[in-house]
Amino acid sequence: MTTPSTIKVVPARYPLRTLGAFVALFVLAIVVQSVAFNPRWEWSVFARWFFDPVILEGLVQTLLLTLIGTVLSVIFGGLLALARLSSSWLLNSLAWSYIWLFRSLPLIVVLIILYNFSYLYDTLSIGIPFTQISWGSYQTINVLGQFSTAVVGLTLVQSAYTAEIIRGGFLGVDHGQYEAAAALGLPAWRRTVRIILPQALRTILPSGFNEIISLAKGTSMVYVLAMPELFYTIQMIYNRTQEVIPLLMVGAVWYLVITSVLSLIQHLVERWLARSERRSAINQQSPARNVSRQPTLQTQETAHAPVQ
Amino acid sequence: MRLSNNPTGHISITGVSKYFGRHKALDNISLELEPGSVTVILGPSGSGKSTLLRAINHLERVDEGFIQIDGDYIGYRLAGDKLYELKEKEILRQRVNVGYVFQNFNLFPHLTVLENLIEAPIAHKQLNRKQAIEQAYQLLDVVGLRNKADAWSRHLSGGQQQRIAIARALALRPRVMLFDEPTSALDPELVGEVLDVIKKLARSGTTLVVVTHEIGFAREVADNVVFMVDGKIVEQGSSDEVLNHPQHSRTRQFLSKVL
Repeated sequence: MTTPSTIKVVPARYPLRTLGAFVALFVLAIVVQSVAFNPRWEWSVFARWFFDPVILEGLVQTLLLTLIGTVLSVIFGGLLALARLSSSWLLNSLAWSYIWLFRSLPLIVVLIILYNFSYLYDTLSIGIPFTQISWGSYQTINVLGQFSTAVVGLTLVQSAYTAEIIRGGFLGVDHGQYEAAAALGLPAWRRTVRIILPQALRTILPSGFNEIISLAKGTSMVYVLAMPELFYTIQMIYNRTQEVIPLLMVGAVWYLVITSVLSLIQHLVERWLARSERRSAINQQSPARNVSRQPTLQTQETAHAPVQ
Repeated sequence: MRLSNNPTGHISITGVSKYFGRHKALDNISLELEPGSVTVILGPSGSGKSTLLRAINHLERVDEGFIQIDGDYIGYRLAGDKLYELKEKEILRQRVNVGYVFQNFNLFPHLTVLENLIEAPIAHKQLNRKQAIEQAYQLLDVVGLRNKADAWSRHLSGGQQQRIAIARALALRPRVMLFDEPTSALDPELVGEVLDVIKKLARSGTTLVVVTHEIGFAREVADNVVFMVDGKIVEQGSSDEVLNHPQHSRTRQFLSKVL
């Protein structure tokens, strides 16, 4: 008999993975070489424009649109999701129709319709319909400027998608959790916010961040309103200077930066949410195990032994 | 500690029936359960035991008949000679008097053990946060898990999770405690620790109704044993009557298989 301490553990080896890594590195080297040493990429132009104030101004507009669009569509989409899940058939069918309508219409169509809203209605007024009572009246063309049209359009479309993602997350929570909350008589609002939502977030977040990222890029669509966000700014510049590729690269890299930051935030939020799942013994991925060490055994015992 | 507010918890079930589509899950059930008594409901699977238990807490609406706890109609309000259906809000408030323990524990996994225990009393404004925490530690003493207050429920064994679930149900100081197969999801060696906690509650003045397959537990603790088949009560009486001298052949058949 060999005692446990004398047995040597040999980790499994995967030679094909090593080979694959070399091939990947080789391909990467080719790409880097071609991008860096082909003069037509005009990296000097890229460097000149990257931090240009005009570009940065466009970037700020893009970020603002993304931020406001996200916040508003999460709020509105959340309400839509709750309406879809409610037992009231009226709320349910209203929310369903809204989602049906705005998932069917392309964003660009919604934006252009909104931008031409002043053609349909000259003024927008707040008051009681069918009476003379009015608290204020505004020229449509002043209310729906470029920025507000963009915000309204993005929010209208985005919240339809967000609502479905949030609803999916709520449906994904184990039914037993609803029952446990109901058995404790927790009020509906508290049940939703304290018990169900935190658990639903785990499924909502990955697809939710997908939506935020596509919103960040989708803001480029508002160029049809001639609004000077990042993409429209870049178009204006390259139409003048004819340096198309380097300026598109400026935009591409800035979009990459935005997406990377969002992905980082997603990673941190998901890790924080998973804190109740982590079990130090299991989740730390250790490639080789420690042979003949007691601690792993002991933690298992304490997890199961009845405490007197 | 006193686990219930007052020595009440009289359950009265009158002519209750429940349909799932065309299937009759409960068929004209009538039962009287005295305050502070321990009732064990036995029966083969699909006999309607759990449905009856869920109906007592209005997790399941009954189609015919009534259930009363201390004279209050579950899910309804009596005014004059009419019964008015309660709104969801009022039903939730009614559930404060009834604790429910699930087969699968259903602890809130994103909250620590302590947070699980203080959630309901704070939500119902029975206690402020400080009092709720104090009470939670007392309840953890009752179930013998004081040292697990800050643990996540996922990291506990099944037996420990179920004991926490019992403590969570007790946190509202209910008059009635319902147990839906509390040990069925547990490894055999963990069943004892959960049954020990339930036995502790048996003489505390709270009315207990336990759906279980643990005949030994029924024999030791139950005042009444109810045997159900196909949504009907076949036999009921003291544990000695039903378990040792069953009158009905269906009961004898069931007991011979389980024992």
